Amino acid sequence: MYVAVKGGERAIDNAHAWLAEERRGDPNVADLSIAQIREQLALAVNRVMAEGSLYDPDLAALAIKQARGDLIEAIFLIRAYRTTLPRFGATEPVETEAMSCDRRISATFKDAPGGQVLGPTFDYTHRLLDFALEAEGESPKVAQGAARREPTPHITEFLNKEGLIQTEEVSDEEPGDLTREPLELPSNRPLRLQALTRGDEGFVLSMAYSTQRGYARNHAFVGELRIGKVAVEMEIPELGFAIEVGEIELTECETVNQFQGSKTEPPQFTRGYGLVFGQSERKSISMALVDRALRWEELGEDNLGAPAQDEEFVLYHSDNIQATGFLEHIKLPHYVDFQSELELIRKLRREAMETTNPVQEAAE
Amino acid sequence: MTAEIQRRAWMSLLAKALEGRLLALWEGYGASPEFHWLRAPEIGATMVRGRLGGTGAPFNLGEMTLTRCALQLASGEVGHGYVQGRSKDKARIAALVDALMQTDQATAIQAAILTPLAAEMAEIKETRAAKAAATKVDFFTMVRGED
Repeated sequence: MYVAVKGGERAIDNAHAWLAEERRGDPNVADLSIAQIREQLALAVNRVMAEGSLYDPDLAALAIKQARGDLIEAIFLIRAYRTTLPRFGATEPVETEAMSCDRRISATFKDAPGGQVLGPTFDYTHRLLDFALEAEGESPKVAQGAARREPTPHITEFLNKEGLIQTEEVSDEEPGDLTREPLELPSNRPLRLQALTRGDEGFVLSMAYSTQRGYARNHAFVGELRIGKVAVEMEIPELGFAIEVGEIELTECETVNQFQGSKTEPPQFTRGYGLVFGQSERKSISMALVDRALRWEELGEDNLGAPAQDEEFVLYHSDNIQATGFLEHIKLPHYVDFQSELELIRKLRREAMETTNPVQEAAE
Repeated sequence: MTAEIQRRAWMSLLAKALEGRLLALWEGYGASPEFHWLRAPEIGATMVRGRLGGTGAPFNLGEMTLTRCALQLASGEVGHGYVQGRSKDKARIAALVDALMQTDQATAIQAAILTPLAAEMAEIKETRAAKAAATKVDFFTMVRGED
């Protein structure tokens, strides 16, 4: 029998009102503005944009405020909003070679043209809490050097010229879009990169770490890591030419992996690639490592049975909104389901008792 | 062709401009031309693409917000606004500037809005590049006493 359960509206309304009050916190403490979140919690904003898969710093900041700092909840809000937007088209692929780099480092070539530019990094800090930040204060004056105006060349291109690294075949093939068609397996590298760039940072990091610890052994060097702004160009149909419709910050990571060669490929270096919205260094390196591990088949490597080589495992578990949606739904009312489970367990117990202990039951 | 290159340049500048600065410069210019909408401002998104390895086949990176509109001045010129973000005001002003740049006001608009906007944006970019340059590592090799 199906019993419709109604009620709870008043409790839900009151719960949401209390949520709003708790979100605001102590009213004697100043309210947080969207601009403050955007400017001062920029890396949280970047993560919400990357995994929400929508570049808009103000929206991401609003989502973080609404979600009380729960970034997965904020990502959920952005994903939901995204679906309400009409799609005007797709852009030309961004030219990361033309990036104005805030940061650009290579772990493989010390003297790379363009140099090692550290940018505003946490690297080489001592990871000691800075209690000076508790007091309001001016930020220190930042040194300036002679600005580089010419583009910074990609480091892997130097290896490519010598034929020492596998070439990326240039094509203009229309890539599949996970947000439009359900994922089908086997997929392809463009779809995998789309899934990884919007995938959960923690998940992608752990998958990447597993490859470093020996599950799908792939010793990766960071050939290059660059962070900066690139222009986004789009063809405007009513004009018949492309214009720059905006500018976005990206983090790009190219890994260089040693490769002994296979039946089909000569010994050479191979690539892993990461490209993520915003300043998202950890995510970008992780993405490159997982990308490389997932390429075992096209490079003719052995399947070692490692999780990071398993496309189905990686792609079906990387999305934190799918994951949390399924995970959290089990806390919602399942009274009817559970009622039938209860009846089943009672019946099974009764039957089990009758067959194992018929005498004892009779004695009682 | 040159006209197309010029239009491309000003539309690109308007798309990337900070909303507050564009609004302020437009107000400073003080025009309120008559126009009618061909397409009222509409907020949407475009799918940003990257390339495998930076140079290979395209893939979908994620979307970005975009606002567009089209209008026609009473004098007949058509202006298009395609701007980053969700500001309908920014899109409207971008379209008005685009239309006015096709009229005899082009020189005045260029001087009052586009040139200052370009200079400000170039300065912001230059300052970041100068800060980056100051974090460039100068390697030096220690001479070991092996003579």
